[in-house]
Amino acid sequence: MDIIIFYGNWRCISNIKKMSKKNKIYFILIIFISIVVFFSLLIGLNKENKYYPNAKNRLLDKEIIAKDLLLNKKVNFENIIKSNNYTIINIWSSWCVPCRSEHKFLMSLSDNTKINIIGLNYKDNENNAQNFLNELGNPFDFVLVDEDGLISIDLGAYGVPETFIINNQEKLIVKRYIGPIDKQILDEIKKIVK
Amino acid sequence: MKKILILLLLFFCTTIFLSAEENSDVINKISKNLRCVVCQGQSIYDYQSDFALSVKILIKKKLEEGHSEKKIYDYLKAKYGEWIVYEPELKKNTYLLWILPLILFVFGGLLIIKKAYIKDGKNK
Amino acid sequence: MLSNLGFYSLVFGLITSFVIIFKATTLIKNNENNFIININYLLFFQLFFVLLSFVFLLCSFILSDFSNITVYNYSHTTKPLFYKISGLWGNHEGSLLLWLLVLTSIIFIFVCDTKNFDSKYKLYTILFHEIIVIGFFLFVLFTSNPFEIIFPIPNEGLGLNPILQDPALAIHPPVLYLGYVGTSIIFSASLSAIINKNVTQPWANHIKKWTFISWIFLTLGIMLGSIWAYYELGWGGFWFWDPVENVSLMPWLCLTALLHCVLVLEKRNSLKNWTILLSIATFALSMSGTFLVRSGILNSVHTFANDPSRGVFILVFLLILILMAISIYFIFSSEEVDTKSFYWFSKETAVLINNWFMMYFLSVVLIGTVYPIFLEVITNQKISVGPPFYQKLLVPFLVPFLLFMAIGPKLKWIRDKISSINYKILFIVILTFLLAYLIMIYSSVKYLFATILIAMSIFLFFISFSDLFREKIQLPQKITHFSFSVLILSILLNGIFSKEINSNMKVGDELKFVNKIIKFKSIDLKEEKNYKALLGNFEITETGKYPIDFRPEIRIYNQPIISTSEADIRTNLISDNFIVFSLLKDEETFNVRYQFKPLMLLIWISSFFMAIGGVLAILKK
Repeated sequence: MDIIIFYGNWRCISNIKKMSKKNKIYFILIIFISIVVFFSLLIGLNKENKYYPNAKNRLLDKEIIAKDLLLNKKVNFENIIKSNNYTIINIWSSWCVPCRSEHKFLMSLSDNTKINIIGLNYKDNENNAQNFLNELGNPFDFVLVDEDGLISIDLGAYGVPETFIINNQEKLIVKRYIGPIDKQILDEIKKIVK
Repeated sequence: MKKILILLLLFFCTTIFLSAEENSDVINKISKNLRCVVCQGQSIYDYQSDFALSVKILIKKKLEEGHSEKKIYDYLKAKYGEWIVYEPELKKNTYLLWILPLILFVFGGLLIIKKAYIKDGKNK
Repeated sequence: MLSNLGFYSLVFGLITSFVIIFKATTLIKNNENNFIININYLLFFQLFFVLLSFVFLLCSFILSDFSNITVYNYSHTTKPLFYKISGLWGNHEGSLLLWLLVLTSIIFIFVCDTKNFDSKYKLYTILFHEIIVIGFFLFVLFTSNPFEIIFPIPNEGLGLNPILQDPALAIHPPVLYLGYVGTSIIFSASLSAIINKNVTQPWANHIKKWTFISWIFLTLGIMLGSIWAYYELGWGGFWFWDPVENVSLMPWLCLTALLHCVLVLEKRNSLKNWTILLSIATFALSMSGTFLVRSGILNSVHTFANDPSRGVFILVFLLILILMAISIYFIFSSEEVDTKSFYWFSKETAVLINNWFMMYFLSVVLIGTVYPIFLEVITNQKISVGPPFYQKLLVPFLVPFLLFMAIGPKLKWIRDKISSINYKILFIVILTFLLAYLIMIYSSVKYLFATILIAMSIFLFFISFSDLFREKIQLPQKITHFSFSVLILSILLNGIFSKEINSNMKVGDELKFVNKIIKFKSIDLKEEKNYKALLGNFEITETGKYPIDFRPEIRIYNQPIISTSEADIRTNLISDNFIVFSLLKDEETFNVRYQFKPLMLLIWISSFFMAIGGVLAILKK
């Protein structure tokens, strides 16, 4: 192997000297660019491939007025957030399987009276939703109906279940969880809203 | 000969500036330009996830309210980030994206002119 | 058992590769010509081992040997035989074995085919090619071993994704890889030629054949991929500017430019340095493509299983190859001034212009595909670059490109007179604009630009059609250029005249659309070997014609559990009628999409004939 390298080197050196200045510049430039590209791609490899929209620190800009499932009348979100420091919005549906497993964590959160918990019932049948709550309990102070999913879009959600923590004073989204809540997330939520 | 060149050049320029969009159903057009966040390889138009269906309803509603296309895109970008629109907006961080191919095109043209000019010069 | 045999066969192949490289360097150093026969035998053994390994894996798939983890992951006992076989290359590990097989075959065929050539040239080609082969051997054996064993042996496999069970997709990888690997032999041969100062007209004549072979397979491979996407994915489109598609298009654009350059090199002995540069670039693009789709760096529906560690390997390998190639290019490229002069109105200029546009199209696709990666590395922000970007940057430049393509092939070498533009062409121009105007009136598109674009493609169509009867132009060129003009024209007309409607329907609903009535008659249930299906009975009646039945399906596969929508497409030469329906959450309503797509068949036929032109060019010898 070193035979060819030696042979190659001998020819190379004489040829490199023969290279014009212009070509030398191009040569070095291309090598430099290749190395830069190489390292950029190397870094790029370790980045997450899938896209997760960032909801943090976004202001809630629009008013949310929606029908409450149980009170059966329109409720204004502005009025809800007047009390307490934090509001938790949980997007759920009766047809969503992971929502069942996360429900007990929501129930344990509902003991805390210093925060509001609002459920956003996503694209659901009202009777099914009622039955779901009757069966597993109702942790929510209010249950807003999002029939066509537009309120979720307004929040920046795209699936179910998702959970948002809102800072009431600043109307800011403090944290957003995609997927069902588990014990770890529950502890995290409790820490944030303290 | 030069006249034909100039004609071709003018012709070429007009084609770029008149590159307009086609007349089609606006909702479909917008939803084809949006990516579905749930299944990340397809457009809102193609996919039938809950999210995609809701976005289609949203587009319809906003169009009825009189919002322009751009406003709808801006609204969705504010909620989901630049990523959701297939067409990259011409912003500070995308100037290079749009300009670089054109610069390369001009550069290539210059190279050819230089090469042909040298040849031509030698010939004369 | 089979897995072990397959694995060791690969190991023997790797050992043989090292022997070949060692032998080749020794022979080069010693300037010996006599022992080249030994290398032929070694190359044969290298191929033999890889082929053996491939056959073992194939047997594992056919016999459903689930002790092999690849077979377990991607096959199932209920799978039809044809798809058991194609399942071999429908995954990352197996497809790499296919790459290796084609790589080792092609160097063997190359050496057998170039008997009359300078030994040194052949040895250097073998040397460079073996570097690539060894790289792939190491990649397979260390990161993507298709012969991993699983214990205890499962009874059943996880199955192959049903959307991959399609005839077009089954043969798409082998055809495409023949194209990619073709670029590797051009790469090796070009580097060898430049070192031996052999970039000459006879060499161009020789490399021309390999360039054509690679180009033909790449064209067919892309066509097959599009056919699959159109028929199987059910969205009615055939090109989505998805990263994986772009990655196959980029080498094709480069290869087309290279092809034209090789022809110039052969006829006029000029454009030497640029030809070599293009060879390097084409191979670099096809390897980068492999990197981009297998490393998980890009987000796409088509990517293989993501594994960044594989990405690192390919990236390093690619860097080594490119640095080596660039160094060789700069060190050994001839500084001689190209004394062949040509007047600017000549065929040489036309080829240069072709290259100019090809490079531009290439840069648009390349920048569009990789820019998001770099942006994310620098600013940690993700953006999307999709169809609107490519359309906006590519379509305007199609107009001058089509014009040049109409004029270029007719020009003479060295110098041509402008007065050769005669009344026939003038007549065609007038006819073109008339037709374009008529088309615009008839369709709903009323913009000046679209008219000009259609006009240009009609112009190219007529010119290339009339060229079919000109004696002076070669047959392969006539056919390929004409087919290309038909392709562009079909794509444009298809884009303008396609119509579609999308609606939610229940059984019994009727939908009125333009001059057709779409009736959703009923639903049937069907059960097959590996899926259950809901068949929709639709009837489409066009005013004044007999109703036609459509039966799209919603299939629910058993292994893996996936549901897909199978479109029902009625094809004839004029148009396709396309119906697909899918489930909505509400079990009574279905989302139904009907599309009218004219000239689809013509798109496939014309791309096929483009490839045929290439075949004729090879056979012309």
